[in-house]
Amino acid sequence: MTNTARFIPDRLESPLERRLKSWETLLLAVAVGIFIVNSFTSPYFLNAWNLSDMTFNFTEKAMIAFAMALLIIAGEIDLSVASIIALASTAMGAAVQVGVGTPGLVLIGLGVGLICGAFNGFLVTKMGLPSIVVTIGTMSLFRGISYIVLGDQAYRGYPSDFSFFGQGYVFWVISFEFVLFAIIALLYFVILHKTNFGRAVYAIGNNAIGAEFSGIRVARVKFILFLLTGLMSGIAAICLTSRLASTRPSIAFGWELEIVTMVVLGGVSILGGSGSIPGVVIAAFVMGLVTFGLGLLNVPGIVMSIVIGLLLIGVIALPRLWEKWRA
Amino acid sequence: MPKQILMSREVLLTGAIALLLAIIATRFPAFITPSNLANVFNDTAPLILLAIGQMIVILTRCIDLSVAANLALTGMVVSMINVAMPGLPVPIIILVAVGFGALLGMVNGILVWKLEIPPIVVTLGTMTIFRGTIFLLSEGKWINAHEFSDPFKAFPRAELLGLPLMSWIAIAAVIFFSIVMSRTTLGRAFYAAGGNPHAATYAGIDVGRTQFWAFTISGALAGLTGYLWVSRFAVAFVDLAGGFELSVVAACVIGGVAIMGGIGTVVGAMLGALFLGIISNALPVVNISPFWQLAISGGAIIIAVALNAQANREKGRIILKRAEHAT
Repeated sequence: MTNTARFIPDRLESPLERRLKSWETLLLAVAVGIFIVNSFTSPYFLNAWNLSDMTFNFTEKAMIAFAMALLIIAGEIDLSVASIIALASTAMGAAVQVGVGTPGLVLIGLGVGLICGAFNGFLVTKMGLPSIVVTIGTMSLFRGISYIVLGDQAYRGYPSDFSFFGQGYVFWVISFEFVLFAIIALLYFVILHKTNFGRAVYAIGNNAIGAEFSGIRVARVKFILFLLTGLMSGIAAICLTSRLASTRPSIAFGWELEIVTMVVLGGVSILGGSGSIPGVVIAAFVMGLVTFGLGLLNVPGIVMSIVIGLLLIGVIALPRLWEKWRA
Repeated sequence: MPKQILMSREVLLTGAIALLLAIIATRFPAFITPSNLANVFNDTAPLILLAIGQMIVILTRCIDLSVAANLALTGMVVSMINVAMPGLPVPIIILVAVGFGALLGMVNGILVWKLEIPPIVVTLGTMTIFRGTIFLLSEGKWINAHEFSDPFKAFPRAELLGLPLMSWIAIAAVIFFSIVMSRTTLGRAFYAAGGNPHAATYAGIDVGRTQFWAFTISGALAGLTGYLWVSRFAVAFVDLAGGFELSVVAACVIGGVAIMGGIGTVVGAMLGALFLGIISNALPVVNISPFWQLAISGGAIIIAVALNAQANREKGRIILKRAEHAT
């Protein structure tokens, strides 16, 4: 939906790698800066347990953000991720009511995520529909199904061993979720930066026709990316449901915005074709630190959403303003 | 030629609406009495107004996800003005609403035009910023019926020739924008800019500026609807019309507006809105929980966008499958 008439990204202008590195360094500096400011403004900030709690602000979102980063690099987007969480959580909640145990719940969560991802992928790659509209549609469809099932009710009564995923600690203050986040980050780093599949993702994002003619099965790669995004949403749904120990249809409402913001803040071009996993990891920490710091200062959640909206626009606008100003 | 008119989107949609009404009428004849249909139209008036603005934005290959937040913010602003100055006449309130809404639309427009940020990112960001601003302005409090002045509340209900003014405004907007879109250079520029931005540029149309005006019109209509909404329901709060942007996009897609730009009519958008309006009004009558609404909108978006793509394919519009940077 961008205007190719006026905007043709000239990626040869400066070496991609150098540019990415500088963006990541800048982001790291921002993260350190926020960390220092936070430790001065609140006496409760520099505490191992509080910092551990802080990681819960971003671990679940970041898991999805990694898959979303690949999807956006390939030139597509998925706005239905938060609704997939709602649907997967509702399915797990319904299963609990008929006595399904923890292993079954995990399978159901992952399965619903995969099915939703496959549905998006089918509509985009097989039917050739634009992903932005398809996922706006499935965003209301998936959450709509949760509302049909639950209405104004909530599912509770998850088995006690299910709580480990969202509330368990592996070692001292290191939570299970944080370890999972680190493993997933490493996996996506390898997939995107060290494999042929990752190269194909970049190729598709830069020039889909060129990629097709170089023998890359564009539709299949995109389908896999939608599957991965669905799967990650399923994993996030398991962690979040376990952490909250209840399911309402409004669960994870508005997360798609924060996840897209995280990806864009991490230096991924919204037009596709460039970006890196380390950038997204640092962006996850930046957003976690900002929301946690504001939370310690008793700033209400909706004001934080203003900050996130401004971040999203500012992060894209500032480099462009800078380029215009220099030109 | 007659066959073309017969098979046009508007005629097909009118047929679908008639069929829908006929099905409802078999079980609930009272639903299709003129007075009830007038009520349904009046209920759908806000959706029609917003769908017209959204259609113009989508024509230029953009999307405006901030309309519902704009509506709620403008609604809150005029409500607070009314509470502070109860004596201010309604025409001035309406001017303020249209002007303020247009201003918010211009913010979107400037970011898309001057900084060339993808519209989806801009409006996702401004959506949360507008919502957050309502919270900052109102401190999270509601403005309730007894706080509004009587003329403020009476305006949309006032009747003219048996129809409330709310309905008349929607009818006037449909007629006015039908003329603008087909008889003015700006109207034709919207089609040209979306149909083929390259050709439009060579024809001397500033595509960016055209997109800016599309966002401004969408914002102005959202502002007007904001006043009508708060005055009709006599309440203003942060989450007013939450998620309504999805219904608006759904109305456009159902009304045959092509999400890739360049195709769509005002009458189509109106019929798409009426289709959704009839469904949402019929749900309680046929005893289906209102929780179905969200899933139905989502399903309708997906089916409509699939049908649109199919219809356009048959016409042979897509000669070569193009790489679409659908962000």
